[in-house]
Amino acid sequence: MKTVVRLRVNGDEVEVWVPVHKTLLEVLREDLQLTGTKHGCELGECGTCTVLLDGQPVLSCLVLPIEVQGQEIVTIEGVAAGSELHALQAAFAELGAAQCGYCTPGMILTALALLRTNPAPTRQEVKEALAGNLCRCTGYLKILDAVARAAASLKDGSSYGG
Amino acid sequence: MAADDYTLIGRPIPARVDGAGKVTGLTRYADDLFPARLLYGKLLRSPYPHARILRIDTCKAAALPGVKAVITGADLPRPFSIMPVNQDEHALAIDKVRYVGEPVAAVAAVDEETAEAALHLIEVAYEPLPPVMSIEEALAQPDNRIHTYNRVGNVHRVVALEFGDVEAGFAEADYIREDTFFFQGNTHLPMEQHAAVAHCTPDGQITLWSATQTPHYVHRALAAVLDIPPSRIRVIATPVGGGFGGKSDPFAHEFCAVKLSMLTGRPVKICLTREEVFYAHRGRHPVLMWIRTGVKRNGAITAMHFKSFIDGGAYSSYGVATTYYTGALQTVTYRVPNYRFEGLRVFTNKPPCGPKRGHGTPQPRYALEVHLDKIAEDLGLDPVQIRRPHLAKPFSMTVNHLRITSCALDECLDAVVKRSEFLQKHRRLPFGKGVGLACSAYLSGAGLPIYWNEMPHSGVTLQLDRSGSVCVFCGAVDIGQGSDSVLAFTVAEELGIDPRDVRLVTADTGITPVDLGSYSSRVTFMAGNAAIVAARQLRERLFAAVAEHWGIPARHLRAAQGRIFAVTDPSRSMPFAEAVQRAEAKFGTLSASGSYTPPPLAGKYKGHGVGPSPAYSYTAAVAQVDVDPDTGWVTVEKVWIAHDIGKALNPYLVEGQIEGSVYMALGEVLMEEQVFRRGVHKFPSMLEYKSPTFLEMPEVETILIESLDPEGPYGAKEAGQGPLLPVIPAVANAVYDAIGVRLDEIPITPEKVLKGLELRAKGQVARLGPRGIPAFAFPPPRCVEVPEEWLVHLPDAKTRRP
Ligand code: FES
Ligand code: FES
Repeated sequence: MKTVVRLRVNGDEVEVWVPVHKTLLEVLREDLQLTGTKHGCELGECGTCTVLLDGQPVLSCLVLPIEVQGQEIVTIEGVAAGSELHALQAAFAELGAAQCGYCTPGMILTALALLRTNPAPTRQEVKEALAGNLCRCTGYLKILDAVARAAASLKDGSSYGG
Repeated sequence: MAADDYTLIGRPIPARVDGAGKVTGLTRYADDLFPARLLYGKLLRSPYPHARILRIDTCKAAALPGVKAVITGADLPRPFSIMPVNQDEHALAIDKVRYVGEPVAAVAAVDEETAEAALHLIEVAYEPLPPVMSIEEALAQPDNRIHTYNRVGNVHRVVALEFGDVEAGFAEADYIREDTFFFQGNTHLPMEQHAAVAHCTPDGQITLWSATQTPHYVHRALAAVLDIPPSRIRVIATPVGGGFGGKSDPFAHEFCAVKLSMLTGRPVKICLTREEVFYAHRGRHPVLMWIRTGVKRNGAITAMHFKSFIDGGAYSSYGVATTYYTGALQTVTYRVPNYRFEGLRVFTNKPPCGPKRGHGTPQPRYALEVHLDKIAEDLGLDPVQIRRPHLAKPFSMTVNHLRITSCALDECLDAVVKRSEFLQKHRRLPFGKGVGLACSAYLSGAGLPIYWNEMPHSGVTLQLDRSGSVCVFCGAVDIGQGSDSVLAFTVAEELGIDPRDVRLVTADTGITPVDLGSYSSRVTFMAGNAAIVAARQLRERLFAAVAEHWGIPARHLRAAQGRIFAVTDPSRSMPFAEAVQRAEAKFGTLSASGSYTPPPLAGKYKGHGVGPSPAYSYTAAVAQVDVDPDTGWVTVEKVWIAHDIGKALNPYLVEGQIEGSVYMALGEVLMEEQVFRRGVHKFPSMLEYKSPTFLEMPEVETILIESLDPEGPYGAKEAGQGPLLPVIPAVANAVYDAIGVRLDEIPITPEKVLKGLELRAKGQVARLGPRGIPAFAFPPPRCVEVPEEWLVHLPDAKTRRP
């Protein structure tokens, strides 16, 4: 059974005609061409598909679009301001916190939600916030460094913070 | 010009050229491709570990509306395998299935749901056969054969080699010790599920976009299996979302996507589910090992005898190489004057094993380093004393004919011992806390290609544009290790330009010169060297044109900061783009190619193709652990690791590779295991296949040691795999230091720790591990003469830059 779903994604109002059981992950990638959202399991186990829903990180592979009509969805494509990278994106790119880059969109969005509520997290707080996001490449350390650098540069106002 | 005059090489400049694409979601991985009229492919997989296929009926599936094509093994009858010997796989099983998850049929349909529904309509009649699920069962059931092409039973490959005189060596020893170890198999678990998109167009051209580490080998395999001239096939490796060796074989979904596209004339995508990724596997081989070493009282090794029993899973894959690798590198870290190696790989009814980070060497490295820890204790030496005086020497030859060039293992060892305060802590920390030490070595690229040929291992072509930009064409695949960045930095360094003025076209067999692929830690070394050769040719032409214009000798020119300078008269300079234009006017369109072929390193005895490398990286590590005696939980508190990188081309990239290797090693030593119950994978999901999260990852202190290898680009060696090796035994040795229990079996799970503590409390031998090895009669070893001591007088690496 198909239905019309109205979504608000990265500030745009969009309308899609999709099967009711199609996940938000699939709709973003297949119907809206927002392929920056990745998947590693499609079962809620890896964090790769994380997007923000009203500022909160959610696993888009477990969300049905019909449930989130009217809510604000942010994907990795909506993080930069035009061509200016968000502080987190700049730090990830500069420090090599994205190796293969596949976990990166989910990591950045989860970290973004954290920094909005806790602009100066301790290393342990970052670890706890990101513990649901798996990365097989980096050993996580450069990611922790990147989040710390982004937090610092947002604090001193030297970079774009969304 | 001294090495530290580089502007980009060795500098902590932003780590990667692909960073912006990756942090914005713009990078297109294979599953992100949605060509028009795309069809979705799915594979039907065997529910049996071992069964005969009696019948397959696809009529109902083919009749389902929306289904465009259905294929079975009969449609792809030609066999393949990554190695030319043992072409024992088929894209879709024919007559027999050999593991749960083996593909037997494939469907293309208008959407994934329809394809999935069609799979349920395919009827397969199986006759189940008893499965063979372990090394012991494989040897005990020679008549229950998984394959019939191999000579006996379920034995895939047997190797027996002797270098020097092992008997005499043992006779000289003051002390001899034997140990057995088991290393359980585990898998790569890349975050990206394997995916491929194929498109066969009406002009008969076939393009495959695939998440592969080895597009060149996939290209060859597609041509062979589809029986199509390779010139009609183009394989493009998309950015790989994690490989670690797991995307180095040609895979069923790649052949099937192409075949289904040929049948339908539409693009076909197959993306594996996470469960299917566990079946595709090609991961770490389970290996049972036995080691016997004779030593002098001071720890000098007089003889070593090593046996490995390797569980290969259902197919050969890289298994012949793996078998040799389990015996090859023991001699590259410590001086071993007499060495015997016996290796045996068996077939079992599990997903095929293959190369995972360290390929065949982490298992013996673990065994050897724990074994040395025990010998040291027996002799009353500390773990440093038994290693330090007996390390391999730079520019020497091992007893098994491996040529060592640069080697700073001594500095690595000293650095970690000092920084971790190892000697102040070892055997001195309170119960439950401990430190462990280990060393290792790894290849910077294999000396020989996978199929015999005399062509280069890596090629780079550069094309200069009048704007001053450079386009690099190279077959190398960036799997996250940063090979694109290394290419861009190298070319920019040589031409004195901004890396942002370098464009890259990589990993496309239709356009780029061949690079053999991202395996065996070869890309920086080989593609880096090829890029230097090509860039220097171009620079020469630019200098010739500028020199003519200024009327000064070309040797007075330098390229830096986007300009060409006269060193004799710094006021004289010209923008790079202008130099390009002058050179183009003089020489015509500007392009140049460079290639790299390793020096002849092998060939003295059969089996010597595996192990030689143009250079070895070296690593030493110390791990500090805390073991909770109530829960058995091992917390790694810190890892100190020193790596002889030759030269760190980009410190962020190198540290990233080392930290990633430490992480992966910790997963393997403490939790990851690919295990089966009655032929079925116990946990083919990310939730149950435990891997370390942010919370389990300790701080890592990385120390880079630069030995400037004479053959490496700017002196560089590998960093992607070697640093994994010492971490596993360092943790095992640390656990012993903490609780006095020997865990001679990987992974070290809390259950095993508790069991060990219980044995210890009862006053029994506090050890968990295999009791012995199967009674298998290896053939008499091939005896190889000891090489003459080898010494080179290579130019100082620093002088390599003109
Ligand atoms: S894809 Fe959603 S959690 Fe893994
Ligand atoms: S960067 Fe590859 S999975 Fe995180």
